[in-house]
Formats: sequence, C-alpha cells, structure tokens
Amino acid sequence: MSYQKRPFRLSRRQVMRGLLATSAFGLTAKFGTSCAQSPTPEATAEEGAATAPAEELVVGFLYVGPKDDFGYNQAHAEGAAAMAANVPGIKLVEEASVPETTAVAEAMRSMIEIDGAKVLFPTSFGYFDPYILELATEFPDVQFFHAGGLYQEGVHPKNVGSYFGYIDEAQYVAGVVAGHMSQSGKLGFVAAKPIPQLLRNVNSFTLGAKSINPDITTQVIFTGDWAVPVKEAEATNSMADQGVDVITCHVDSPKVVMETAEKRGIFASGYHANQSSLAPAGYLTGAEWDWSSIYTNLGQQFMEGKTLMAGDIPHILRGGLAEQFCKLSPYGPAVTDEAKADADAAKAAIESGELIIYQGPIKTNEGAEVIPADKGLDIENIELEKMDYLIEGVVGSVS
Amino acid sequence: MLSSQTLRRSSEAILLPIGAVLVALIIFGLFTALAGAHPFAVYGSIYKAAFGSWSAWQNTLIRASPLMLTALCTALPARLGLVVIGNEGALVMGGLSAVLVGLSLGTTIPGVGVQGAMALGSIIGGGVWIAIVGALRHYRGVNETISSLLMNYIAIAFMNHLVQGPLRDPEFVTKPSSAELAESVWLGTIPSTRIHYGLVYGLIACILAYFLIQRTTFGFAARTAGGNIRAARVAGLPVGKLTLVVCFLAGSCAGLAGMVEIAAVQRRLNESIVSNYGYAGILVAFVSRHNPLATVLVSVLLGGILASGGILQRSHDLPDATVLVFQGIVFLCVLFSDSLYGRFPIFQDRPERVTGGTAASV
Repeated sequence: MSYQKRPFRLSRRQVMRGLLATSAFGLTAKFGTSCAQSPTPEATAEEGAATAPAEELVVGFLYVGPKDDFGYNQAHAEGAAAMAANVPGIKLVEEASVPETTAVAEAMRSMIEIDGAKVLFPTSFGYFDPYILELATEFPDVQFFHAGGLYQEGVHPKNVGSYFGYIDEAQYVAGVVAGHMSQSGKLGFVAAKPIPQLLRNVNSFTLGAKSINPDITTQVIFTGDWAVPVKEAEATNSMADQGVDVITCHVDSPKVVMETAEKRGIFASGYHANQSSLAPAGYLTGAEWDWSSIYTNLGQQFMEGKTLMAGDIPHILRGGLAEQFCKLSPYGPAVTDEAKADADAAKAAIESGELIIYQGPIKTNEGAEVIPADKGLDIENIELEKMDYLIEGVVGSVS
Repeated sequence: MLSSQTLRRSSEAILLPIGAVLVALIIFGLFTALAGAHPFAVYGSIYKAAFGSWSAWQNTLIRASPLMLTALCTALPARLGLVVIGNEGALVMGGLSAVLVGLSLGTTIPGVGVQGAMALGSIIGGGVWIAIVGALRHYRGVNETISSLLMNYIAIAFMNHLVQGPLRDPEFVTKPSSAELAESVWLGTIPSTRIHYGLVYGLIACILAYFLIQRTTFGFAARTAGGNIRAARVAGLPVGKLTLVVCFLAGSCAGLAGMVEIAAVQRRLNESIVSNYGYAGILVAFVSRHNPLATVLVSVLLGGILASGGILQRSHDLPDATVLVFQGIVFLCVLFSDSLYGRFPIFQDRPERVTGGTAASV
C-alpha cells in the first residue's frame, strides 16, 4: 500500500488549488447556464405561480416506458401533447418510465401534492389495481382516467373513469389490406402475452384477411413479454424465413418488428402509433390509437368544469373507428388501389355498423365452435372481453 | 496512538464516500447544465422531492426498504470474497415461495401465522437459490458472478411460466398473475404513515448482519476466509460450510424482500415483482463497501435519488433516463474512490509514513 502513495501524493496546496478550480468552474458554469437558458422556464413558472392556480388546470400523465418508443407510450404522449396544445388553460406534467410498483403510487401522489394535479392519466394497463384504486380513495377530488375499460359501477371509487378503444376494428381493416397484399397467403403476428385484448387483435386481423382470401393463415408467436426486442426480432426473422410476407404485432414498441420486416423485404402493418418512417417501403397501414381526439375532448370538458364525480363525464368511454378512438395509418406506397378500395369499404361499413366483425360461424383453431352461425357479437359485447381462443386460420396456441 | 489511528481510519472510510458522492453531484450538475437545466435548481428539486417534507421522506423510505434487504445479498458474500449478483433472482424466488405458502395456507390459520410462514418460506426459497450459487462455486469452481447473474434469468422465466400457467388467476385480466392473497395476510403500514413494515424488516436484517459479520466468531471466520482462503484452510476453517451458509443468508435476505413486496405491495405474484430492486441492491452494496450498517444509509440515499426521478422530468423537462444517469455517476465515482484509500497523507499515521518512505526507495 505504501509504495502506491508515491505516484499519487497530494500536497495540501494541490488540494486547495483543485478545490478552488472546481468551485470556480462550477460558479462560471452556473452563470453561463443561468444566462443562457433558465430565465424562460423560471419566468413562466413564476408567472404560473402568480396568476395560474385559479384558472390553470394541472393534468398529469404517467407512462410505463419512454415517451418516444414508437408504440403504446408514444401514442399516449402524442395525445397528451395534443390536449395541452388544443385546450387553453391546461398545464401538462408528465412522468415516463414509471414501473408498476409503489413507484407509480408515489409518482401520482407527488403530482397531486407537489404539482397540484387535479386530473391524472396513468396510462399503463397494470397501474389500475391496486395503485389507482388506492390513490382514488385517498384523493376523492382528483379524477383518475385509466386506459383499459376496467371500471365497474358500484365497485370502484366515483372519481375513477375508464376509456377504451375497440382497436380490433382498425386491425380488421389492416387485415383486409394484408389479405390483398400477401402473395404467399401467410401472415405473421408478433404478440406479447395471450390476454383478451391482444387475442381480439389477432383474431380480427385474421378475419379481415380471410374476408379477402378465405384460405389465408396467420402465424402467431408469443414472445412472453411486452418489451423484449431481441425475441421480437427473432420472431420476425423466423416468420420471414417461413414465407410469411406481411407482419404485424401487438407489443409495447413495434419498432424492432417494423425495422426487421423492412430489412427482410416483407410488408409490415403497424400498431399503436404511425411507424411508416421505420419501414418506408414495406409499411402498408397500421391500427393506431387516436388519443389526440379523445384527450382534447376530455380536456375541453374539464375546462367547462365537468367532472366524473358529478356525473357530467361518463365513467366508461368506449368507441372504435366511428367514435375516433382509433384510426388507420395512411396507406403506404405499396398498397394497391384494389386493396385501398376494399379497405375503405370495410372501414365505412364498420363505422356505419353494417359490418359485424365477429359474425358467426366462428370456430377456434382447435375446432370448437365459439360463435354459432346465426349469431353475431357486436364489438361492445362483453363476451369478447373474455376472449381466450384463437380462431380458425390462426396458427399457434394460447397456452 | 491507537485511538487516533482508528479515528483516522474511520474518518477516511466516511469522508471518502461522501467526497465521491459530492464529486458525482458536481458531474451530474454539469450534465444537467448540458441538458439545458439549471444545476442548482435541479439540486434543490432533488432535495425537495427526496427529503424536503415528511411526505417526501416517506416516498424515499418506501423506495429504500427493499434495497436494504436486496443489498445484503451482495454485501454478505462479499465478506467471503465472492461477488454475487443474484439479488433479483433470489427476490423472485422468495416472492414465489411466499405466494405458494400464503395461497396454500389461505385463511386456515390466523393472518400473523400465515405471514410468519410466508416469511420463512421466502427465506428458504431465496436462501436455497443463492446457496446453489455457493455450492457451484465451492464444489465445482463455477464463477459465482456469472452463475448468479444467469440464475436471475432462470428465476424470472420460471416465475413467468408459473403465473402464465399453473398459478394463473383467470379472473384477473390486468396481467397474468397468481391469485390474490387473503386480506388478513397483507402486510400493513406503520401507523400514521404509508410506509409498510418492510422497512422494519430491512433495518433489523441489516443490524443482525452487522453483528453477525463484525461481532461473532462466525463473522470473523468468514472475513478471514475472504481475506486469504488458503490461510483460512490452514487455520482449519470449514471454508465450504462457510460459503454455503453465507450464501444462504445472503439469498434469504433478498428472498425476504420478495415476500415484503408480495405481502405489502403487489398482493399477488406477477411480472411487476421484477422491478430492478435486485440490481439497485448491487449498487447499494458496493457504495456502502459491503458494510451492513452503511447499507441502511446508502439505501435511503438511493431511495431519495429514485424518489426525485419524477420531479426531474416534471419540473425540469429532463429525460426519464436522467435518474439512471445520476445513479450511474454516483456508482462510478464511489467505485473509483475505492482506489484512493491510503493515498491521502492526512488519513495516515506518522509511523506508516516512515515505512512508506523506505518502501518507496525500493
């Protein structure tokens, strides 16, 4: 130990010099930044504190991942930005990468206590039980909006609301496009976990494709988790090897799937948000959330003084293509006019209510009949929320 | 003379890490300045969100309590000279064992009894998991760092398999999870706070670990084996047994963290139990230089850093990874400060200086 002392001996003078230099640097750095950037945020914050509390409404958004993930979180973040831009008087506070543990409860609490948030949008599905429910009980005058349709009248606190889009309608239309564009008659679906919402997407995508080509099949691969980029890329590659020529997915961030499909020269259909920039040649269309319209609408209602507690805002907001809960990405360059025409027709029929996606007879891919021939399940039907099967034409298994 | 020597030693052990954290703060301040925020306002916000009020303190302590337990999983084997990073896996196995015990007992016996059984189950589950690492190390010479890291993935995959298959509660649609524990076995909060009893578990475990390592013959034997394994063998110490026991204790602490997370927070087993408490625990163990008492303080510090992650995003428009950058800078600075021990003459005694002079001339 002692011989090491030699090359690194610090005299008192050197230490003092070092400390002085560091503090001088710190001071100048501080002055530099304070001149350059900070006046604006500080000034606005001052202004906000001075004039705002009476009229400004603080709305908090929490995301489970980064805001620029080309997927689930980005779709919500874009919607939040649209709300803040379109509705004057709304101040946005956001927190990204909040895990589904006590961290989210603490994040919501500090948004309420420190930032004075009156409305919260904890966007991840898994935030609901128990975190949102507990906080909602503790803060009865704060409104909590959750994406997922889990609210139950009488069971959950009055200041909790659910909003939920039937994005499988958009997946059906995307399936119509995919059915037209596939040469091999094999579609691919990279899926995270077999929960009802996801199975609905797989099945309606397949139904859309089968409406064009009854013999078409969809190969589904479950990766087991919402964000496992390596497995998603592997799944995409292996399906491309098997001759699949249109791939879509339901994972948190479709980025890797889209990029891999583009690299392999096959078509891709997006999900959550618009991913056309990731696959400029092969992007066909995509099932996107349209949170901008929903959030803007809700924001206007907040500013009019409407609340969940008073009953002015319904506790369950649901809708599909017609209600602008979801939409389709603009068609990519490869999509043929014929495909566009059929897809537009299917979209119009869904919006008008003429086309029922889950019209019997529908069998599972194990041969059991789930919807008899004379029965059709409306998109709102609660039975669909419990879906635990893959329909005929899907290659894969739930368990 | 002796007392001044120990004083110098311990002040070195305290001041160097503090200095490292201060340097980390300065570097982080430069980083935030580059990212367009005002460093001093950022420091102020961090302080406010982590320690500024009783509510903020509670936020910090809630985040700190699992870290105390998971940190021991790295700190204890480190005294034996083993670098074990299987904290996450042991936590998952502990949580899994706790849920299995809790669900199978149900409400047949009073809630406190079930909690005790769950705690015991998690201690055994996590303990055996890391004891496997110790056994592989001792009997087969498998590198304990690699094996414990890989066993994390095995544990997480095993847990995911169970909650998506045999253990799955079909009624709960949010995410594949086990059934919910009965309300009587939920671990409550400390009265008039929102901090759950996991904090108490963590404090007790750290204090026990300190006494075990520093004040018992067992701890002395472990430290001796960690210092020089050949000398320990010559002295007749049962190195194999020591390895297994220390690894078991280490794993049992992380396992207990899993039980607390299940019984106090999640109430059912699902993927959310994997939320980096294990990996953050490794950081805590290294920063506290594997001293169980320092672990408590460092956990609170890191809990505060994590608690301030939100306000950095909300008030300063910094990206969500900022808090990870801060954590990383602190880690690097503290690890680097390890190389500075014995290099500042101010902490050395005069007699040592004389020997230093002679050695230097060689």
